[in-house]
Amino acid sequence: MSIYLDKNSKVIVQGITGREGLFHTGRMLAYGTNIVGGVTPGKGGTKIESGQPVFNTVKDAVDATGATHSIIFVPPFAGADALWEAHDAGIQLAVCITEGIPAHDMMRVVATTEGMRIIGGNCPGLISPGKSLVGIMPGHVFKAGNIGMISRSGTLTYEIVDGLTRAGMGQSTCVGIGGDPIIGTTFVDCLRAFANDPETHALVISGEIGGSDEEDAAAFIKEHLPNKPAVAFIGGRSAPKGKRLGHAGAIISGNTGTPESKVAAFTAAGVPVADRPSEIPKLLAERLGKVPA
Amino acid sequence: MKLLEYQGKDLFRRVGIPTPKGHFATNAAAVREYIAANPGSWVIKSQVLMGGRGKAGGIKFADDAAQGETIANELIGKVLKGIQNPEGEQVKSLLVEEKVDIASEAYASITIDRATKKPVVIVSAQGGMDVEEVAEKHPDAIVKFWIDPAAGYSPFIGRKLAFDAKLPDGYRKAFPTILGQLYTMFMEFGANLVEINPLVLTKDGRVIASDAKVDLDDNGLYKHPDIAAWNKESPADEDQAAAVAIGLGMSNYAKLDGTIGTIANGAGLGMGTMDAIRTAGGAAANFLDIGGGAQAELVKKSYALVVSNPKVKAMFINIFGGITRGDQVAQGIVDALAGGDLRKVPMVVRLTGTNAEEGRAILDKAGFIPVETMDEGAAKAVALAGGSN
Repeated sequence: MSIYLDKNSKVIVQGITGREGLFHTGRMLAYGTNIVGGVTPGKGGTKIESGQPVFNTVKDAVDATGATHSIIFVPPFAGADALWEAHDAGIQLAVCITEGIPAHDMMRVVATTEGMRIIGGNCPGLISPGKSLVGIMPGHVFKAGNIGMISRSGTLTYEIVDGLTRAGMGQSTCVGIGGDPIIGTTFVDCLRAFANDPETHALVISGEIGGSDEEDAAAFIKEHLPNKPAVAFIGGRSAPKGKRLGHAGAIISGNTGTPESKVAAFTAAGVPVADRPSEIPKLLAERLGKVPA
Repeated sequence: MKLLEYQGKDLFRRVGIPTPKGHFATNAAAVREYIAANPGSWVIKSQVLMGGRGKAGGIKFADDAAQGETIANELIGKVLKGIQNPEGEQVKSLLVEEKVDIASEAYASITIDRATKKPVVIVSAQGGMDVEEVAEKHPDAIVKFWIDPAAGYSPFIGRKLAFDAKLPDGYRKAFPTILGQLYTMFMEFGANLVEINPLVLTKDGRVIASDAKVDLDDNGLYKHPDIAAWNKESPADEDQAAAVAIGLGMSNYAKLDGTIGTIANGAGLGMGTMDAIRTAGGAAANFLDIGGGAQAELVKKSYALVVSNPKVKAMFINIFGGITRGDQVAQGIVDALAGGDLRKVPMVVRLTGTNAEEGRAILDKAGFIPVETMDEGAAKAVALAGGSN
């Protein structure tokens, strides 16, 4: 099993004929994702080269294909609009790749799209290895297995997953939740889903400085998942206060968001925090009571 | 984008929040002329972003034009230092403002609460001080209200907060309106933070925003080109200006104190690279996220930016191949940095992904120091920069 996404999930691409949208549609199809069509206003009735139909509106696409999942490749100013259109059309899960959506737009979207799960924005997407990829991740780094992975970043996720895969530890689902201050799905949301997935045996949480999502995740694990082995990593532990480092969310202000607070929270929940990504497979193997392959 | 006080007050006035009468000045002559034309007692306030500018000597009083000129001459160019910023901030401009007779000082702010994904209003009757200090010493003196962004602001919120925070009676009538205006501004201009501290009750019964602390979301600035232009006129943040100048995102570069320059693709990996250097006993000279493809031109400009920092003694480029081929990335780096008159420092390059071995061979031949893992690269860069500092 996996969370949020399996082999049969029907996926549409919002912005399918744009440069990024088209490129990643090709990659997702190559991975085996069940992409049933896409949306570009004004290009309805046409098809992309690999044969998937293009629609004018998300509603048209959903009506014609029965899609439940959408992946969004639109410019930042159109991000909120694309999410509202997906919600209106009845999409159940929308992955928003777009980086740079104003925090206020996301705040209003989150408050008004009940019933639709949003992953991101500013995220690499979602992958259930061997089944489906709805994102921009390099599929070859991943391997099917029993580790659930949640991360706020993109390339750092690949770095960690690469290490897991090399150590023979495959993944059930990997969710890149995104690096923005306001995101649709938090660590705790993902943990709740992983808690009900019997095939996810252990968890890796890759957080970073800023906000309190990591502290919330630690508290959730302590209370609800004491028997699911977990390992955490916190990026930006050497960052100075007040500087914004790439991710809009990665800023330490006052005493919230500090790495010390996050490390302390995980430690108190019995979750070891790796000092470097390369230590994660070993720590996880120790937690699972076995030696990595 | 953090705004200076006079800029924040410009936005306050746009939504109707009362502010003291004031005049913005960038030189002493302008201060003298203004006070000469408007006799009376004036406050001269340094326009800096740092907190604690009063304690640092950045706020002075003048009773006539000559005194105003003397104070302005003293303040402009002065470097103010505070506990929060030991490096200091230079005063480039001043706000000459009406001196108000203070009866009481309150605190009001609205910020984004990431956990609830809603705007949170914070109010206290203890204004004029550092709110974090108040929160620590007198947590009961701080009241909060989370606004549902779908419903918006309604005056009961301001009434309730005024009662709960025990604001003096003089605030009761004006406060719900001012808080509504502050919420309008918070939403309209896409703010991370709007703060009035202090919100003054004057002896003659007016409620006035005596200071303004405003931080706007960079991602929303495109909706307000006139305000975005303020940043161009006087870029408050040199790192942001440097990043934008070479075509990076505004927050993709940050200068730090160490000796090892870093370039990574992705913000998370960039932070991880800094951390790896620290774990190896060194310190990063910067954070730089070059973004997805690591294109040749951007590699070149990023390198130039990093080595323009004279502290940099070695460089660590950390690229996770992802969907780009390792040999292509390597060739891109070699081409980008071939020739030229840029300062040369030892270059450690870490490459992964498909064709990484071919990539490392290309780098090796061109005189770079290729490595396989992040830990190895960090250790090597630290050694080349002269060991741990």
